[in-house]
Amino acid sequence: MRLHEYQAKEVFSDAGIPTPDSALAESVEEVVEAAEDIGYPVAVKAQVHVGGRGKAGGIKLAEDRDEAEEAAEDILGMDLKGYTVEQVLVEGAVDFVNELYVGVTMDRGEGKPVAMVSTKGGVDIEAVAEETPDAIAREHIDPAFGMHPYQARKAVFDAGVDKDIAMDVAGVLTTLYDLWSDKDANDAEINPLMVTSDDEVIAADAVLNIDDDALFRHPDLAEMEEDSYEDDLERKAGEYGFDYVRLDGNVGIIGNGAGLVMTTLDLVDYYGGEPANFLDIGGGAKAERVTNALDMVFSDENVDSVVFNIFGGITRGDEVAKGINEALESLDEIPKPVVVRLAGTNAEEGMDILNTDLVQVEATLEDAVQRAVENAEEEQ
Amino acid sequence: MSILVDDDTRVVVQGITGGEGSFHTEQMMEYGTNVVAGAVPGKGGQEVQGVPVYDTVNEAVEEEDADASVIFVPPAFAGDAIFEALDTDLDLAVAITEGVPTQDMSKVYKRLSETDTRLLGPNCPGIITPGEAKLGILPGNIFESGNVGLVSRSGTLTYQVVDSLTQRGIGQTTAIGIGGDPIIGTDFIDALSLFEDDPDTDAVVMCGEIGGEDEEEAAAFIAENMDTPVAGFIAGRTAPPGKRMGHAGAIVSGSGTGTAESKINALNDAGVPVGDTPEEVADNIEDFL
Repeated sequence: MRLHEYQAKEVFSDAGIPTPDSALAESVEEVVEAAEDIGYPVAVKAQVHVGGRGKAGGIKLAEDRDEAEEAAEDILGMDLKGYTVEQVLVEGAVDFVNELYVGVTMDRGEGKPVAMVSTKGGVDIEAVAEETPDAIAREHIDPAFGMHPYQARKAVFDAGVDKDIAMDVAGVLTTLYDLWSDKDANDAEINPLMVTSDDEVIAADAVLNIDDDALFRHPDLAEMEEDSYEDDLERKAGEYGFDYVRLDGNVGIIGNGAGLVMTTLDLVDYYGGEPANFLDIGGGAKAERVTNALDMVFSDENVDSVVFNIFGGITRGDEVAKGINEALESLDEIPKPVVVRLAGTNAEEGMDILNTDLVQVEATLEDAVQRAVENAEEEQ
Repeated sequence: MSILVDDDTRVVVQGITGGEGSFHTEQMMEYGTNVVAGAVPGKGGQEVQGVPVYDTVNEAVEEEDADASVIFVPPAFAGDAIFEALDTDLDLAVAITEGVPTQDMSKVYKRLSETDTRLLGPNCPGIITPGEAKLGILPGNIFESGNVGLVSRSGTLTYQVVDSLTQRGIGQTTAIGIGGDPIIGTDFIDALSLFEDDPDTDAVVMCGEIGGEDEEEAAAFIAENMDTPVAGFIAGRTAPPGKRMGHAGAIVSGSGTGTAESKINALNDAGVPVGDTPEEVADNIEDFL
């Protein structure tokens, strides 16, 4: 779960990391009011879950009331990479002499956290990592001990941060690591960490991604989750609790287990079709879940044909068959042809109860996918 | 022959009183697995499927001489359950649980390096030596005893490929699901080296997927260290960059690493043929035998 900048800044600020004065606003009037309170110049920043907001016109500076109004009018309601901007953060602009990057993330290869510092802040840090990896100092942390202060200092000195501010930056990094750990984050980043002419450091941006699997430990953060789905179908998938990704094609795909569903997508492509979605019903799915999955795929108007690919392990074929029957028997008309392939645990029991008047059955994955691709071609 | 488990393996099931724990204990025992104990805090003294339940793993190990554990404990407690397994010096712990917080696994991973226990998973289907023992949730009836090893990041994909092999009469020594999470106990290289050392494994199937760089590292290992031929499969060729496809690990960063293409190229460069379909993987294995 990705927090908005204003939410992440609240968390950072509570932990003791300095952030600029700011206020959230949802209308032009609120923006102006906030700007007058904070004092010009201010930055008006779109609060949507996309990277590169500045380049896309989602962040504007305002020197006075007219410019604040103009910025608010431009940004509120604008479409930013598919998301409509409904909230902006109005923030006191920081007079800086330097921009740094600090971040903490999980290095999956090493299985341990890594803290990072760079003097090349304020820019696309992924590009820096790609082109000049040496410009980012990295320090791996033993998760059992947490980050020792010396490790933060080492990262900061390795990065070549000015001695005047090095200890302050190391302090910010230590705090950032502690909150990364406390909040079960995947990533915690400040880019840029601005350095003022008075040698103060201020977090001018804030990124905090929380591990979805750990949200049960953080009900306060879970409450901050806001609707960030790209469309109604993804929202529906979220409500049903499915792993779902919408794609551009017309062959709807339902299966169990991420690897097998990905393979089914790949085979649809291999046999000349185009996958409409990735939908994993997960392990041990009961009938209702299967019904919901079919409802999802039928709700996608691009879908011309559906393939159901189940290889039961923890999931049972009879439960799946029951769900398919229930979903299809409740409809007056089946909108698109459905091909079913059932194998593994209780597959035979599933085949016995599956209503084969309503679906086409294939014995192998290859046959099922090819049939679904043919169905899609005929429907077009 | 086999690696890691056989009919001598004495299994304790952590979480045996839960729905999944109880159901799969029954399935494992029906398959012939020697389940000797369950461990659930507060449930000591009960019996599940005729198996005695203990309050702690330590007690189960001492009383019933268990040497392997299968963990069906809910995500919130799974990290702790794995620590408990590691603390009793079991030979093998298999964590089936999906959705274990990544930072919990990071701490487990650190602890693992200080013990002699091997961990499979989490978020894995388990391990099976056909005809002898299965620890986990794999459907036993599709496996056949034979001479091909299999290691995979995905449970259901394992079943799919095994089915293709078995249908052609190609049996398996052992099949291992290592799990699809970003931090796992046993990785491809660990499993591949066990198969390389197993005299009865004549060829190995390795099923990978997008995300991370484990397959690329495995490819380098195969090129340098393996005489046993390996056939590969990579799921996620059609996955769009930046989207997470189910498995926590299955995300492509968009920067060129972790893509299906980079994995397939690395494997091909290491002399590993990568099938376009599970059937082609079976074709490639047939060519080796």
